[in-house]
Amino acid sequence: MMVGMERNQYDAECFLLYYLFSSERRRGKLAALSIAAMVILVGVPLWWKTTQTYRAWLPVAQINELAKLQLQLSADVEVVFARGTATPEQQKKVPVTQTQDEDHAVDEADLSLHRLSESPCGSLVIYVIPESSSLLPENVNVYIGQRRTALLRIGAQMKVGKTLKQLLAHLEPRVKQILQVMSFSHNDITAALSDRVRFSPDNKESIADSMRAFKSSPGYEITFSLLNPDPKSHRLHWDIEGAVQTYIQPLLTKLSPVANFSLDSQILYYAMLGVNPRYDSSRSAYILNADSLAHVINPVEARLGSNAASSNPVLNFLLYVPDAHHSPLYIHDHKKREVQTNAFHSPRWGGIMVYNVNGFYQTGTNFPVDVNINMAKVMGVFLAQLRLLLGVQSTAPPSSFQVAPCGSSGLADWELDRLMWSRSVENVATATTTITSLAQLLDQIGNIVINDNIAQQVSSAVTSLQLAVAELEVGNLGFALQYSKEAILASEKAFFDPSLLHLLYFPDDQKFAIYIPLFLPMCVPILLSLLKIVSEVRQRRREKQAKKD
Amino acid sequence: MASYWNRNPIRVFVFLILTVFVVVRSNIPSTPGEGAEERRWEASQVGDVDPGMSVAPPHPHTNTDSFQEELVVRPLHSGDIYASFQFRTVWEADFSRGNKVSHYQLFPKSLGQVISKFSVRELHISFTQGYWRTMQWGQPFLPSPPGAELWVWFQDSVTDVDGTWKELTNVLSGIFCASLNFIDSTNTVQPSAAFKPLGVGNVTDHRFLRYATLPREIVCTENLTPWKKLLPCGSKAGLAVLLKSEKLFHSSFHSQAVHIRPICQDQRCKSTSLELRQTLNAVFDLHTSGQAKREWSLFKMFSRTLTEACPLASSSKIYIDITDNSQGEQFELSPASSLLSQAVVLGDRRTFSVYDLTDQATFGSTLSPFDKKWQYPIGDMLRPLLHAERYVAGYGLQTGEIHTVMYNHHPYRSFPVLLLDSVPWYLRLYIHTLTVTSKGKENKPSYIHYQPSKDRLRPHLLEMLVQLPPNSATEVTVEFERALLKWTEYTPDPNHGFYVGSSVISSLVPSTVATNTSITQEQPLFSSFFPCKEELSYFVRVYTEPLLVNLPTPDFSMPYNVICLTCTVVAVGYGSLYNLLTRSFQIEEPSPGLAKRIANVIRRMRGVPPL
Repeated sequence: MMVGMERNQYDAECFLLYYLFSSERRRGKLAALSIAAMVILVGVPLWWKTTQTYRAWLPVAQINELAKLQLQLSADVEVVFARGTATPEQQKKVPVTQTQDEDHAVDEADLSLHRLSESPCGSLVIYVIPESSSLLPENVNVYIGQRRTALLRIGAQMKVGKTLKQLLAHLEPRVKQILQVMSFSHNDITAALSDRVRFSPDNKESIADSMRAFKSSPGYEITFSLLNPDPKSHRLHWDIEGAVQTYIQPLLTKLSPVANFSLDSQILYYAMLGVNPRYDSSRSAYILNADSLAHVINPVEARLGSNAASSNPVLNFLLYVPDAHHSPLYIHDHKKREVQTNAFHSPRWGGIMVYNVNGFYQTGTNFPVDVNINMAKVMGVFLAQLRLLLGVQSTAPPSSFQVAPCGSSGLADWELDRLMWSRSVENVATATTTITSLAQLLDQIGNIVINDNIAQQVSSAVTSLQLAVAELEVGNLGFALQYSKEAILASEKAFFDPSLLHLLYFPDDQKFAIYIPLFLPMCVPILLSLLKIVSEVRQRRREKQAKKD
Repeated sequence: MASYWNRNPIRVFVFLILTVFVVVRSNIPSTPGEGAEERRWEASQVGDVDPGMSVAPPHPHTNTDSFQEELVVRPLHSGDIYASFQFRTVWEADFSRGNKVSHYQLFPKSLGQVISKFSVRELHISFTQGYWRTMQWGQPFLPSPPGAELWVWFQDSVTDVDGTWKELTNVLSGIFCASLNFIDSTNTVQPSAAFKPLGVGNVTDHRFLRYATLPREIVCTENLTPWKKLLPCGSKAGLAVLLKSEKLFHSSFHSQAVHIRPICQDQRCKSTSLELRQTLNAVFDLHTSGQAKREWSLFKMFSRTLTEACPLASSSKIYIDITDNSQGEQFELSPASSLLSQAVVLGDRRTFSVYDLTDQATFGSTLSPFDKKWQYPIGDMLRPLLHAERYVAGYGLQTGEIHTVMYNHHPYRSFPVLLLDSVPWYLRLYIHTLTVTSKGKENKPSYIHYQPSKDRLRPHLLEMLVQLPPNSATEVTVEFERALLKWTEYTPDPNHGFYVGSSVISSLVPSTVATNTSITQEQPLFSSFFPCKEELSYFVRVYTEPLLVNLPTPDFSMPYNVICLTCTVVAVGYGSLYNLLTRSFQIEEPSPGLAKRIANVIRRMRGVPPL
């Protein structure tokens, strides 16, 4: 009995202990759970909040929308019918009819027509003149003026339409042709979008054309350099100031809506070309082959010096006067023919002209020879190169077109419009590329700080871009260019903001090296006890299942 | 120290007069007696045309620029050779009225663009490697402190001077390939008196002046190449052919500088032109060149020879100082030059043997024109009248004391000097401890301008006008405390110490020899840089040594150690707390003994139920 008693007592103790242990266990479990909950609910958000970098809000949705780059260009075309070109029934719906006698010479007519309707930039006015008109020569159907006007000779078959609508429909292909010459063509737009659109290279020529002109930029520095490798023999004088005033400045004034230009000139002594020209004994002259021209620029470029005071692209125009021992010097093209102008240009860099001064050597002259450089000859070449490099392309018009010679400014109004069209499209494309790549970059690297300043620049760029696209759609070319320039400036400012570089190269492994001493000892016990709790719960469930069975 | 200013208005006025005459140029015509000093060989110079006389306007851009080059070689009493190059380009373009000038001939375009873009009136920049030992070598023609020094006077049309200064330093840093971009507000000062414009112009409002030094800057080939590029002939012809970097930087002292300032076009000074002076000074140590023979020649110094003058130069001359060698007792020049010239340089009348490179006969006999036999000089050097040195005293890493000692070696004349000190903010000057003593007695400065520093914003600026008694040493001491920097503010090698730029001492030193004060008189370039008004004194600027101060430097791996340590402490505390909270106690079944366990394993293998 004693034994039984003892046994009972032992059982009771065991039960008590078991009870105590189970409550203790539950308490421990609860403590572990609550600590885990604390860590997850308070610790993690706190850590997240305190280590977060400041990232201002960016208009990502609008940027993504812009990235698709759907542009619609529209140009206003006004078609004016001269007397006798439309039948009375066709004229019914035309509110105003012009009554003006047109028996002047064609260029005078152009001017007076320009006065007649002051067309805003980007738009065109096409005057339709009767077939019998003597304004245009026989085989010429379309005359393109210096301004934004064109004369279109109406053919006999044009009179077929009953109403004005039908007449216009008949005229449409001709008008389109004129538009392609005077405003923009498919090729221009693809060239302007070349860094966005991988257009299939149709022919090498078109690639070369699109690569030649400088990229659109808010400003350009034009530098004329006179290279005198032999100051001991030649004392060169060039009236660059006068030449610039006479030849270059009118063009730049005309181009001022497109970009700001600054002009300067310098004289470099002892500046040699990079290659030794070959001596051609048959012509007793030195020859520079087209293949070696690529090597000419590099050694000279070190002397040219970049513009210290601005970051705009520099257009270099070099006038090279070969030294007395390597003179005369001629440039030969790929077909071994002498280049008429003795000049060449390098895409997106500038032009070089070789100016031989052999004419100044006379028998018995003692060096140095005083040489006055004929600036008209030089500037003619440089002006042509400048037009090419700025992208004022003169695409060959169809054969029945006659283009008026450009006036004193060297640039017709419609050529400027053409340039402005392609520049606005290019600016829009560049700015969207910059903004989208910036947005992608910021999206990919999570610990870059985005300042309010950057956010503001980005949103102003986006706003200007939207405005530019809208203006292009309506056909307000001037405003479109203006907004696209603003967009480029803002997007570049945002992209090159120095504050974006701060945390760019802060690697993740260093961050973890700092966190591990704290996080590892804290998280391991929590994780282990959580695992234990989970496994216990599972076991109990299994036991219950077993009991039920 | 504004109160000091108020208390001594008269002294301040006196001081202003003192400085003004350094600046304003005179129109006093030259005295004929002095003209006789110069030899007749001076060719007619460009720019002598009287504007009233010319009937037809000359061709618009012909010969408006002029270029001169000059080399002075002076054997020093220490046995070293001092070679000083000066290249001077004068550009008759007027920038002062905001003209946009953009056509360059001899003047380098890069500098011209900088000057017109940032509306710079005067620009002085120097790069120096090594320290000029005034007591051994005498005064240099153009003084410069070790490292880089830049001071700029802006035109009074500039509104945001600080912003322009910041941009300008960045652009210059690109042009000269130097770390001038490290110039910021913490090392820029606006001296009120020490740096007056050296060119024409009467604007002396020091709001348009900025001065900065980088004593740490190392000067090497990459700075020389862009400097040579600014010369019209480059290093292709003329004296610049001698500038070979291997030899130039294998010297005891090397200093190159660019000075741009407006100067008068003619006597009446109605219009100004821009003068660009490029100077290069080097001291060659003939002992280190290895030969026991005391011979030197241009070839030995520069390992190049001269073949021609720069064809663009209107004058191209070499001056050899033969003052101590008037009878040929110490060295002889070959080929000998018949031309002698005398010039008063830094209060001393020197005799020079002149070689004119534009004259073909100079090159006639030999390609290496100067080959000299040399003996140790006999006799004493004329001691420089003004000399200064500086050092840091004190021990420990908390406080210290800066001592600047200025010597006046003049036997009987006292003269005032202007001391300028720019001390970085991390040395906190205790200005109340400033003492100036000469000959054991307190020497009260007649003018003190002190601008206290602001942490991480601007340095201390201390300027004072002190009268130096004859034949004395004047000591200026000030105590300082070293600040603790933030750990990102230390340089990559913090235990090397931190540099404090040189003190600048400017003064008009009384001279025993009359200086030529006329500006029309054609003078050698080396003697005509500092404008000189008074005959009996000359302007001298002396730079002291830069200081190297140790700051308390932490152990830079410490932050990570601290992180690790605190984390461990936190983890240990947290771990024990966690254990205490979550551990449950339970009775463990006593485990069976080892023998029993082995027995059980064997039984399991046999398929018998365990014990």
